Parts: sequence; structure tokens; C-alpha cells
Amino acid sequence: MSLDRSQVETVAKLARLKVEDQELDNYVNSLNSILDLADQLQAVDTEGVEPLANPLDATARLRPDTVTETNQREKLQKNAPQAEAGLFLVPKVID
Amino acid sequence: MLDNFIAPYESTATQRLKDAGFVTLGKTNLDEFAMGSSTETSYYGATRNPWNTDAVPGGSSGGSAVAVAAGMAPAALGTDTGGSIRQPAAFCGITGLKPTYGRVSRWGMVAFGSSLDQGGPMTQTAEDAAMIMNTIAGFDPRDSTSMDQPTVDYTATLDQPLNGLKIGLPKEYFGEALDDGIRQAIMEAVKQFESLGATVKEISLPRTELSIPAYYIIAPAEASTNLSRFDGVKFGYRCDNPTDLMDMYTRTRSEGFGAEVKRRIMVGTYALSAGYYDAYYRKAQQLRRLIKQDFQAALADVDVIMGPATPSTAWNIGEKTQDPVAMYMEDIYTLSVNLAGLPGMSIPCGFKDGMPVGLQVIGNYFDEARLLNIGHQFQRATDWHSRKPNV
Repeated sequence: MSLDRSQVETVAKLARLKVEDQELDNYVNSLNSILDLADQLQAVDTEGVEPLANPLDATARLRPDTVTETNQREKLQKNAPQAEAGLFLVPKVID
Repeated sequence: MLDNFIAPYESTATQRLKDAGFVTLGKTNLDEFAMGSSTETSYYGATRNPWNTDAVPGGSSGGSAVAVAAGMAPAALGTDTGGSIRQPAAFCGITGLKPTYGRVSRWGMVAFGSSLDQGGPMTQTAEDAAMIMNTIAGFDPRDSTSMDQPTVDYTATLDQPLNGLKIGLPKEYFGEALDDGIRQAIMEAVKQFESLGATVKEISLPRTELSIPAYYIIAPAEASTNLSRFDGVKFGYRCDNPTDLMDMYTRTRSEGFGAEVKRRIMVGTYALSAGYYDAYYRKAQQLRRLIKQDFQAALADVDVIMGPATPSTAWNIGEKTQDPVAMYMEDIYTLSVNLAGLPGMSIPCGFKDGMPVGLQVIGNYFDEARLLNIGHQFQRATDWHSRKPNV
């Protein structure tokens, strides 16, 4: 399986990335060499093998639905690119 | 992406060290978002190997390995998603332990491959690693992947003799990819273990080579979802003057991430996209179970598995940056341990042309105490761990 330039651009768009024209060939080549490597998997017979999501076959633990953390909004928002009155500011979404 | 970020809270592992009286000297360099095997993808530039400053220190936890190898700190922490503790430990001639998945809390650690990530100690000796483990290991309700297992005194069993220890050598770890100098150093170490009373037999981990494609699907897939949080909204970098929301997301991420991170996000996004999920991610997870079963079968027969941590010693800076797949191939002996979730340790066992060689010891789930015991007994009988680079 091999990706062409427009497919790589589509994947970049899905990932919210923009690849500049001069970088595109480089990404096409490196992505294809990684996918060539990944294609080795296709030769393995995995019929009936249950996929392993957690190496210990553990599932996410549940906890009681109670408040465990204190409100630290101001401290946490210090890292925000733009925040005001406790809100995260982003470019206008709705006209 | 996180240059301006100040962590608003302490990680569990570092908090436990602080509570025990450890002093933090600083934060160390690593590959950007831990994606790399050489510390060259760091936003802050490459770290150099103290044994030869033209060579890479390994990665991703290269800065931690160098801090310990060069004597700047007695111990450091690293994280290991596919070898990022063990490989730099091997390249820099120190002891590095990747514990069992879930043994050390990941609260406060940047998420890369959530089903693979684990933090652990990087130290000058196995004994030091045992003391760090006594402090950082254990259940943490704040980490949903933390395993609620009894805590262990890792120092209590360090002095146990190795009489009767059953060691397995996977034949796939000694194939053509392995450098002859490393093979020689590993076999010398194995002889040392025999003289300490261990018995050695050949075993097979038949899907070792397939761990590379399986890992390089699973890890990027999980990374692509984990790194979706870097969108310029709540923390981290944001591009200048975004025109709308999509422009903000796209430029923030394109400007804020380096090339290797972008490459892996794209591989992961593709592997998880509609129509390709079954062929890539699900297939890789099926293979992952087979790899785990291979280890379980081997560990039913032997106590630990030994082999090289890396197929070659540290390469030169710039040598493999143009070909990501060539760099990925260097991870062949470490990736499968993360896929299976087992503990693995690298200890120094010799040199090849002046560069350190690491012996990898892989144990059963939650058997870190045995690995550290083995490391300590080896380090009592040899002095590789006390060799220091001229810095």
C-alpha cells in the first residue's frame, strides 16, 4: 500500500497539520517507507487472535463518583495562550 | 510546543522522591515528546554521548542517561515506551530499569503510547535503582493504568545468590543484525552468570522482528490521539494571529511540532482512519498478543531472558536522521518488552571500540526485584558499571 501526495495531504488535514509543498515529497517518502515496514504484519496469520489493548489485559478501574480535586482554575489557566474571566479565548467560531 | 509550559502540579514519581528527601537538580533533554532513539529530535538540540561527543547518547531519555553517566547526578528518571530507558542506558554505560507496565505511576507524565508507557530509574548501579524503585513504585489512584499490586522492598533481595537461576537466550536476539563486538560482550556476561551458579539455555521468541512493525503502528496510533490535545487552546504554543479556529489548530500544530512528531502523528492518524483500522491497528494488536504469548511460553521455562539491549553501540550524530526506518530498526530488542508489558533492565557489560555495551535482562510481570538482584550480583562480580568517561 502506497500513499500519493494528495493522500498524504488528506492525512495531514485529518491530523490538523499542514505540510508545506517543499516538505511534501519528504513526508510522502518517509510515510511510505514506514507503511512498507508495517505491511510485514499482513503476512502473519492472526485468524481468531483476540487483539491485545492492555498488556496485562487489565480494564480501566472505576472509582466512586466523588469530588477528589480542588478548583485550581486560575493556576491552570496561567498556561493558557489566552484566557479571560476564567474562560479560554479562541478565534470567533460563530458570527 | 511546551517551551513556555510550567507544570501546575507535581508528578507522583517526583513527589515521592521529594517526600523521601531527594533533591531535584534539573530537568534533562529528551527527544521531542519522547519520539526518537537518539535525543536528536529535541527542540533544544541534540545531547552528546560522554564516551564520545560525536556520538548520540541514545534516546529518548538521552539527557537522563548522560546526566548519570557523566556523574552530574547519581540518579535520574526516564520513561520507556519502546526502549527509551534501556537503550540510552546501554549507550551511556549505566543501569536502566523499565518496570512492568503499571508498576510506577504515570500521573504527571506526558502521554505518548498509553498502552506502552512506563517510567523508571536510570542509575549508576542496580542497587541505586532498587532504592529509587522503593520510593517511586506502587499503586496510585490518580493513574488509571496503575496496578494495585503489593509493594516490594527491592533492596531486600539484592544479596540473594544466583545459584540455580535459569537464563534463556533467545536465538532471535543473536542473529545477523547483531554487532560482533556486542555479541562477544554479551556472551562474556553470560559466562559470568554461569560462574555465579546460573544455568543457560537457548529459547525462541519467534516474532521478535515483527515487533518493529507492530510497535510502529501501535505507538504512533496512540500518540496521534494523545497529541490531539495540543490545539493551542488550554496550554502550550499557539500560532500568531489565527484567522479562525481551523487555522489556529493547523498552524499551531504545524509550527509547534517537530518533523518526527508530525511524521508519527500522520502514521497514527492514517492507521486509525476509517477503512484502515482493521488492517493496521487491530492487526498490530493481534500480533501484540502473539508476542506476549511467546514471552509467556519462554518464561514458563526460564526465570529471566538475557540478550543485547541494542544491535549496535551508539552511532554518530546525524548518521540516521534522514532515514526514520533505519533508526526504528535499532529498537529491535527493546520494543517487544513494551508490547508485552514486561519489566526489562539494561546493565553495562563491556565495551566495543570504547563505547559501552548493554546487557538486557527481561523478567516476568512484577519481577523487578529479581532483575535488580541479578544486576547487583553481576555488578559485585564485575566493574563495568564503575568505568567512567573522561569528561
